[in-house]
Amino acid sequence: MIEGIGIEHFLVVSTLMFFIGVCGFIIRRNLITMLMSVELILNSVNINFLVFNRYLYPDQMQGHFFSLFIVGIAAAEASVAIALIINIYRNLNNIDVENVSEMKY
Amino acid sequence: MSLSVFMFYLLSGIILTFSVLSITTRRILRAAVYLLFVLVATSGLYFMLKYEFMAAVQLTLYAGGIVVLIIFSILLTHHISHRFKRPETMNLLMGIGVAVVGSGVVLATILTHPFIASTSPVLPVDMSVIGNQLLSTGKNGYVLPFELISILLLAAMIAAIIVAKKDKNKNSEI
Repeated sequence: MIEGIGIEHFLVVSTLMFFIGVCGFIIRRNLITMLMSVELILNSVNINFLVFNRYLYPDQMQGHFFSLFIVGIAAAEASVAIALIINIYRNLNNIDVENVSEMKY
Repeated sequence: MSLSVFMFYLLSGIILTFSVLSITTRRILRAAVYLLFVLVATSGLYFMLKYEFMAAVQLTLYAGGIVVLIIFSILLTHHISHRFKRPETMNLLMGIGVAVVGSGVVLATILTHPFIASTSPVLPVDMSVIGNQLLSTGKNGYVLPFELISILLLAAMIAAIIVAKKDKNKNSEI
């Protein structure tokens, strides 16, 4: 717990970061930048878990482990997504979402 | 204003500024670098919350691993001086609208809800506690998700290799 900073400050920062990620997911038309928006969203959720753990339940550590597993899953997700993006680029020669409408091999 | 409060506002400012820049810049490599700044500042927040292990994981895995992966895939798929077109007005309005409405609802909920800070003693989260909890099968043990995530990571690794592999003899195989 940090002296002089309430839990709301952290929650406001993570909420704004979450919705910036959502906004980026909607306005971007490129697969890699959409993936980056998803990383922003996951990161803001991680901040929430850790802050709730530290301020409301400092004698337990569920939030810590939750965010640890979220980081692991985010790594797996990013690697598979980038493999798919590279494969799409190889087949279609660009990676804009408008062009990825056919699942032709 | 004490130093930790100043640090908190500095890190929050970095996080919010570079998140916005990362989704609005028209050069994709800059977007990746701004994302890197956001992730490093987030790990600074974890250090302030005294979750040192989590901060180290954030630095090595996110800032060291995922951002490098993203930058490599950018270099493989884009020309370095590539610039995006401006987003369509409809998309822009939709995105900003969703963000404003959603964050308004969530912020209203957060700022009116009374959070009762706990006064129970703080459990130190050091390396030995984390290791014991992660591999314990007893109460509050996390061995099942630990094993599950190891299987998930193996599956993701094999899947990534197979999906991104170049098919050399595609025609002769079929």
